Amino acid sequence: MNTVFYISAAVAILSTAMVISRLNAIHALLYMIVSLLAVAMIFFVMGAPFIAALEVIVYAGAIMVLFVFAMMMLNLGQEAVERERNWLSPASWAGPVTLVAVLFAEFIWIVSRTGGSLPGGGGLGPKQVGIALLGQYLVGVELASMLLLAGLVGAYHIGRRMPRTGEENEASRAGISIKQ
Amino acid sequence: MNEILRPIVIMVVVLAYVLTVATALIWVERRLLALFQERLGPNRRGPFGLLQVVADMIKLFFKEDWIPPFADHPVFVIAPALIFITTLLSFSVIAFVPGFVVADLNIGLLFILAMSSIGVYSVVLAGWASNNKYSLLGGMRAAAQMLSYEVFMGLSLMGVVMIAGSFNLTAIVEAQRRVWFCIPQCAGFLIFLIAGFAEARRIPFDLPEAESELVAGYHTEYSGMKFAVFFFGEYIGLTLFSSLMVTLFFGGWLGPLLPGALWFVLKTFVLICFFILARGALPRPRYDQLMSLGWKLMLPLALLNLLITGAVLLAV
Repeated sequence: MNTVFYISAAVAILSTAMVISRLNAIHALLYMIVSLLAVAMIFFVMGAPFIAALEVIVYAGAIMVLFVFAMMMLNLGQEAVERERNWLSPASWAGPVTLVAVLFAEFIWIVSRTGGSLPGGGGLGPKQVGIALLGQYLVGVELASMLLLAGLVGAYHIGRRMPRTGEENEASRAGISIKQ
Repeated sequence: MNEILRPIVIMVVVLAYVLTVATALIWVERRLLALFQERLGPNRRGPFGLLQVVADMIKLFFKEDWIPPFADHPVFVIAPALIFITTLLSFSVIAFVPGFVVADLNIGLLFILAMSSIGVYSVVLAGWASNNKYSLLGGMRAAAQMLSYEVFMGLSLMGVVMIAGSFNLTAIVEAQRRVWFCIPQCAGFLIFLIAGFAEARRIPFDLPEAESELVAGYHTEYSGMKFAVFFFGEYIGLTLFSSLMVTLFFGGWLGPLLPGALWFVLKTFVLICFFILARGALPRPRYDQLMSLGWKLMLPLALLNLLITGAVLLAV
């Protein structure tokens, strides 16, 4: 099981690095999907199959499809790749790399102090997750669902069609005024 | 049986079963459609035209496998493989008879939903990588259609999960000893059936390929074996949805007299015939009609079904 963990962790890190360094947006998104799948694999190995399945369904399967969909709608061509190439200059790497190096050094220090034992352990089935979410953390779940509902209503409001203005536009294009 | 040998035997048998059924379906679909439309269909090669499939396969194997120069090469190649892998992987959690299952996961149903949501990428990426406007339109339709229908496909199955109390497909079949779930979960079954048409991209919901308006949609640029993989993947998907419906709503292997495996195959076959009949009977809706049907009718119905099921379960 440890080998599987290390292999999927390596895949996750490698594919995340590829997400940052790809010039083509769709290729970057594909690597991001691989990275999410690798994280799901890690959850599975750590004994949380329910969270692993949700990671694949929600993140890799739904949210990333929307990203790909948006990218396809924009249909960025060769110019976008060129622009990305200009943005990804070595100078722009320096800042983030330094910060990440600090985090990595901290991580190494902590692991060397605690002996690097993996958290978690026993299995966690769908039933336990459900009981925890709708028992102990009920208020949090309800708050999150209210927030999501507000988001949904907001999105509906922004995306709604306004027939009145549509008519006016068409009328003005035809040279007719509908205002009396 | 031997500890190591048994899983391998199960895997080989399941794979052989799925591939045989999918191959035979090409012939079954053409002959059945012909029957419904008062034609003969393929009847020249071999008895009842059975060898027509073999002839088609040989032809596809020897066709030039052409990749257009303007396509995105790696993505173009990966896309058809994805649909094949995800649908075949889904079969690994389907229980054909008690104990005869490749991986008896306790999240079996969620695994299938996850695989079907990854399978969307196949069509979407094929459309994008072809770098052709018809393919792109097909890919975008596929993304929107499959994403919308996935939402209530998952919700329609939760009623079954609530009654059975498990995501495990073997446990779900065992919970149907008294009554098949297609009776208490009638609404859930109908919603899942409609979502199944959309997820398997079958007529009437084959808008991503809609040959009368988009040439061939997402697989316009595909030829030779890559096209065959898409074609074949669609039939495997059809078999998967029929098997899943049998497991979830029609009691899987349960049935009198005949052995369980035979019951499973028989029920699957009846459902597949229904899918083919629908193809012969129904016209294709417009794209916006498809989307508004999904969000404005099916989603509220699925939520209502879930609400009523929950209330009944709490009351009983």
